Amino acid sequence: MAEILVYVDHVDGAVRKPTLELLTLARRLGEPVAVALGNGAADTAAALAEHGAVKVLTADAPEFTEYLVVPKVEALQAAYDAVSPAAVLVPSSAEGKEIAARLAVRIGSGIITDAVDLEAGDEGPVATQSAFAASYTTKSRVSKGTPVITVKPNSAPVEPAPAAGTVEALAVSFSEKAHGTKVTARTPRESTGRPELTEAAIVVSGGRGVNGAENFAIIEALADSLGAAVGASRAAVDAGWYPHSNQVGQTGKSVSPQLYIAAGISGAIQHRAGMQTSKTIVAINKDAEAPIFDLVDYGVVGDLFDVVPALTQEVRARKG
Amino acid sequence: MSLRIVVCVKYVPDATGDRKFADDLTVDREDVDGLLSELDEYAVEQALQIAEEADDAEVTVLTVGPEDARDALRKALSMGADKAVHVDDESIHGSDVMATSLVLAKAIEKTGYDLVIAGMASTDGTMGVLPAILAERLGVPQVTLLSEVKVEDGKVTGRRDGDTASEQLEASLPAVVSVTDQSGEARYPSFKGIMAAKKKPVEELELDDLDIDEDEVGLEGSWTAVDSADERPARTAGTIVKDEGEGGKQLAEYLASQKFI
Ligand SMILES: Cc1cc2nc3c(=O)[nH]c(=O)nc-3n(C[C@H](O)[C@H](O)[C@H](O)COP(=O)(O)OP(=O)(O)OC[C@H]3O[C@@H](n4cnc5c(N)ncnc54)[C@H](O)[C@@H]3O)c2cc1C
Ligand SMILES: Nc1ncnc2c1ncn2[C@@H]1O[C@H](COP(=O)(O)O)[C@@H](O)[C@H]1O
Repeated sequence: MAEILVYVDHVDGAVRKPTLELLTLARRLGEPVAVALGNGAADTAAALAEHGAVKVLTADAPEFTEYLVVPKVEALQAAYDAVSPAAVLVPSSAEGKEIAARLAVRIGSGIITDAVDLEAGDEGPVATQSAFAASYTTKSRVSKGTPVITVKPNSAPVEPAPAAGTVEALAVSFSEKAHGTKVTARTPRESTGRPELTEAAIVVSGGRGVNGAENFAIIEALADSLGAAVGASRAAVDAGWYPHSNQVGQTGKSVSPQLYIAAGISGAIQHRAGMQTSKTIVAINKDAEAPIFDLVDYGVVGDLFDVVPALTQEVRARKG
Repeated sequence: MSLRIVVCVKYVPDATGDRKFADDLTVDREDVDGLLSELDEYAVEQALQIAEEADDAEVTVLTVGPEDARDALRKALSMGADKAVHVDDESIHGSDVMATSLVLAKAIEKTGYDLVIAGMASTDGTMGVLPAILAERLGVPQVTLLSEVKVEDGKVTGRRDGDTASEQLEASLPAVVSVTDQSGEARYPSFKGIMAAKKKPVEELELDDLDIDEDEVGLEGSWTAVDSADERPARTAGTIVKDEGEGGKQLAEYLASQKFI
């Protein structure tokens, strides 16, 4: 059976959910072989085996943290050379896409980014993508070389499928190119204790209507009552009310949760680009004409300062 | 010695217009109004600022695109770039990122460069990988997705705000940089700038000028193929209620009915 290389996104050995989703998709195409790099790489093996990895190739080296992107490309290329896979799947993070793209150049392959679904086809994997702020759905294939495909979070269910998950050390020798861009300092993002925005099942976002950094507390309170992540529109981020890392939209994060709640957000095309594929969409806006209402499954025309706290209270009461 | 900056700018269909696909499943660039990708304005802005700081610098804006893509170059020239290069060749129509990056890399090499600056992503393709691919093709460091950038003493430094950390990066020139929309508002062209732009040189190049074969680019030469593009069915109209004191409760009932609580 053909082997499918899966690039593992993990934090010190804790595998992030999008990688487990990739394993589900990889199993549709062949036998997943995982590649885990950096600190804690070997610790990923149990979770990966549990979800279908037949093999886990691991490597750690200071290069992975001291230099940008290229060392990881070279390690993934070493795995590619060792395995000769039928396809390479990478999670669609900013870094994941860059790693995948450079690997594609090196192995003479085409690349598809931001797939939202994958299935086996006669001429190789067929990727579903969303285009033009999710107003179109396309199906495409890589027509030259070994398909390299990056897949967005929440594109497939996480499914247990126990496999051997045999750990093997991957030998990597770095070229001079790997040392091109030095990381001279790193400030880790502080954890809020809330779910990761791109992985969350529920996202509650606030926009210009929230009208001040201090008022985001009511958005956070609703999010916490639902166990949700907090998002923000660019207008709210530009105003300095919420961190840029929480921005949803074209130039922020793209989210596809089960439930998206937009409060005080008008629904500009660039915002829609990052949330339009959410399963259920709910909006609270005092302007009945706001474009966001074209998208909603349920909308409340009203003042968010009344509706959001009332909703939060009701959720808490119902959850007991 | 002069600092040669090449800025990659893309001409894209207006996101607020009715974007669609043409019959051959390429992005329709004819029936939809186009413009300089807003995200590439940030690249032009940073190039101009870096040039202003340098003793002696020249900013060239480069696009690969159809005849109308000239509009994007004009806009960048009127913001203050010195000259433009336009690669326009029938055979390029339908090129994917691998084919486009091949053309851009050859055009950059032909122009000569110390620093290449691109936007974080195009607003139509939204891949965000072209700068990394250019770095790979040109064999120079990639210093991408910067929200802050500086060039000094033959080095480029900048801040990259990633998913899990904010990183400070450093590389020697020549290098490929891409900047985000957090890098600083782009300037508006002044009247003087718009007038001056009319006199600035725009070099027109075809594949022959770049030693690229027709079969390396275009729909046929691309590394990927689009088999279908379908308009997403409009979302079915949802329930909309007006808050008359019960809005929060009604919403909670809806969420409960959908099993979210
Ligand atoms: C290249 C480019 C990239 C962009 N990328 C992004 C992106 O990634 N993400 C993004 O979000 N935007 C992005 N934008 C900006 C986008 O075009 C909009 O400007 C932005 O989304 C507007 O944010 P908003 O909806 O919060 O603000 P507004 O459009 O001002 O809407 C605020 C809404 O709040 C409502 N409101 C006000 N007060 C209340 C209240 N008390 N109760 C209830 N409702 C209230 C108003 O009726 C209004 O509908 C981008 C723009 C460009 C050009
Ligand atoms: N046809 C093109 N001509 C010039 N620059 C381009 C072109 N396509 C992409 N770019 C540059 O590459 C960046 C990222 O594009 P992409 O990877 O396609 O999203 C853009 O912001 C531009 O700076």
